Amino acid sequence: MRQTINDVRKSLENTRMFQFPARLVGAAVALTLAAATPAFAQQLELKLMAPAAPGGGWDQTARSMQQALVASGVARSVQVTNVPGAGGSVGIAQFVNGAKGDGNQLMVNGFVMVGALAMNKSPVTLEQVTPIARLTEEIQVIVVPANSPIKTAQDLAAAVKADIAKVTFAGGSAGGVDHVMAALFAGAVGADAKKINYIPFSGGGESLAAILGGKVTAGISGLSEYEGQIKSGKLRAIGVTSEKRIAGSDIPTFKEQGIDLVIANWRSVVAPPGITPEQRKTLSDAVEKMVKSDAWKEILKQKGWEDAYLGGDAFADFLKKETVRVTDVLKSVGLVKS
Amino acid sequence: MDTFAALAHGMAVAVQPMNLLYALIGVFLGTAVGVLPGIGPALTVALLLPVTYKLDPGGSLIMFAGIYYGGMYGGSTTAILINTPGESASMATALEGNKMAKAGRGGPALATSAIGSFVAGTIATIGLAFLAPWLVDFAVRFGPEDYFALMCVAFVTVSATFGDSPIRGLTSLFIGLTLGLVGIDKLTGQARLAFGVPELLDGVEVTTLAVGLFAVGEALYVASRRHHTEEKLEPVRGSLWMTKEDWKRSWKPWLRGTMFGFPIGALPAGGAEIPTFLSYSTEKRLTKHPEEFGKGAIEGVAGPEAANNASAAGTLVPLLTLGLPTSATAAMMLAGFQQYGLNPGPLLFAERPDLVWGLIASLFIANCMLLVLNLPLVGLWVRLLAIPQPWLYAGILVFATMGTIAAKPSVVELSMLAGFGVLGFLMRRFDFPIAPVVVGLILGPIAESQLRRALAISLGDPMTLLQSPISATLLGIALVALLAPFVLKGMGRFKANED
Repeated sequence: MRQTINDVRKSLENTRMFQFPARLVGAAVALTLAAATPAFAQQLELKLMAPAAPGGGWDQTARSMQQALVASGVARSVQVTNVPGAGGSVGIAQFVNGAKGDGNQLMVNGFVMVGALAMNKSPVTLEQVTPIARLTEEIQVIVVPANSPIKTAQDLAAAVKADIAKVTFAGGSAGGVDHVMAALFAGAVGADAKKINYIPFSGGGESLAAILGGKVTAGISGLSEYEGQIKSGKLRAIGVTSEKRIAGSDIPTFKEQGIDLVIANWRSVVAPPGITPEQRKTLSDAVEKMVKSDAWKEILKQKGWEDAYLGGDAFADFLKKETVRVTDVLKSVGLVKS
Repeated sequence: MDTFAALAHGMAVAVQPMNLLYALIGVFLGTAVGVLPGIGPALTVALLLPVTYKLDPGGSLIMFAGIYYGGMYGGSTTAILINTPGESASMATALEGNKMAKAGRGGPALATSAIGSFVAGTIATIGLAFLAPWLVDFAVRFGPEDYFALMCVAFVTVSATFGDSPIRGLTSLFIGLTLGLVGIDKLTGQARLAFGVPELLDGVEVTTLAVGLFAVGEALYVASRRHHTEEKLEPVRGSLWMTKEDWKRSWKPWLRGTMFGFPIGALPAGGAEIPTFLSYSTEKRLTKHPEEFGKGAIEGVAGPEAANNASAAGTLVPLLTLGLPTSATAAMMLAGFQQYGLNPGPLLFAERPDLVWGLIASLFIANCMLLVLNLPLVGLWVRLLAIPQPWLYAGILVFATMGTIAAKPSVVELSMLAGFGVLGFLMRRFDFPIAPVVVGLILGPIAESQLRRALAISLGDPMTLLQSPISATLLGIALVALLAPFVLKGMGRFKANED
């Protein structure tokens, strides 16, 4: 309902405000004046798509951006739309086709979309969108039940090397970050990633039950999801995937334990294809300003997200590398047919 | 004793005027969204999250719990009155409830569902307060093989219950199982029966199927019959309230429904639908009025309604004790906890007892509010049925379409709704029961993925299904339920021969 009302309101405002034949002119004018008169920057009216149902990580990212963009005065209004379906495949298709050349639209995406697009043989790829910035990341963790004989990452590595089929990993949906990480772990310790016994569960809840109940050898998830159980001693964390040890944490990284496994569940924001370099700069500047705002920092703290801002061409490079890495892993475990 | 003291303290938190207000807003919103098919409590909580983040944690969590309980109430109202289950958990309610409403007994049907929900909600909330730590240990021990066995019990009891002929019932069930295959296979990530349509990759939405089959199908059927016989709808026949007989027939189903709902709701992959089906089947079997089933038996409303509310409380057991969200709404409430930097789990009871017990206490209060809110409305609701049929069914179509569009704004979704409507019409026309289709869609995918998970863990050894004591027991029950009718029939014949 709220969405419809917003739509109506916004279309009214659009007809009133943007009578120019090309919106491009408006954006270019906004850009030239933005530095001189910050008030004009507030004319930015954005449409932000979360290619997922309300409530998930992408939706929360989109709604947090909405909050921070408006609160910090970067944009006058931000309208969040949800287009759920197939790990973002439905959303990105609509975004690429429907928002082409529109400099006022953004879409949230992340690690999971890379795998989903490859697995669903999506006709639309991430190469078509205009990268804006990586925003956040969540560190991943491997846990075992408290009474498990496995104490360290090397113990788990030994078990994997002894008989990889007998080591069962529980985690999120097939082809997601947890699955990719299980395959990378096996590869990093010198086992055959093809043979991993990965058991996908829907959502962290169900897999947590399987781990606590001792049904599986180990569990993989975002660190924040299992933090409570780790602190209470019901689960033992045997390693995290960050480059360096998290400040104030006594969980060792895999790198410290001699296993080259660095991965994070990142989330980012992209713009439609076919926008002008000026439009791209406007959006990049707006996002950069938002990331530096107090409102955004406050939200990060609240949600327990790591700031992983990476803008411009560095992000475009990162996106390319990550796409290659994930697709390779998914091919090696047979989820993507080459 | 500690529990009592803690609960008393929680009551003190919950009855603060502001918290009472939040609870009231919550139950009101919950009832409203429960009425709209497609918009569930999960979506509502999701949309409210950013709004509530400035409120204090206690208040907004109390509101979310109110929405959750209210949604379960609201869903049953439309199920009974216009055969449009607002939630998939109210589907079993629609079966008998709508028949009752058409026979002029909508008042008692709504009353037994409201009071049954209250009774079940209260008992289950007590269960939550006292049994949570013990129950959660049991729930965690449920492995994939045990879930599969539970699904077997559900399949056997449910498929035997619906429809007059087993062949027709099974045909419907297999249509549902086939629909359940649509979408990405959870274990291998491969698409099945999606025909390259991206919207189908997530599978068929249960509410779209249920609303299409029940509401749209019914509207089409009524329209097709209009020139044959004018079906007379009496809004009220007899008392608007429950008679003594109604009470007598309702209280046992309430309790039995609670016994199904609470423990299954507490299972991490239990859900609210399975207990409602099990309850419906049980009541149909135990009733002293089997001739009324299919024509509007009050037991068939009382049991499932109690079961779905009890399961809502059951869901909070793993959420509060382990931080384990077992339903979409619970997942949203978890997000609600996290936005305040709270991590539900073993530590929450120790770290923030005021919050946990305040929440539990406000569940009692929300329950009382819902009863107060809903009973006076019964008289108002049943008047809906006095609306002339063409208007009423046109309204239902608008309503069903709106709900579907609101939940998933896509042409594909709407086409599916229309397609399922036609399917529902044809099934009615040729006397196939429609409920098993939805049952198949809900249970099929769960049974499949749990079985495959169990086999992946055991490295392909099927004996794992018998090695777990829980699974072995449940499979035994399923076998008995499957064979008992035949054995009894055979024994009956044997006896007849002797005479």
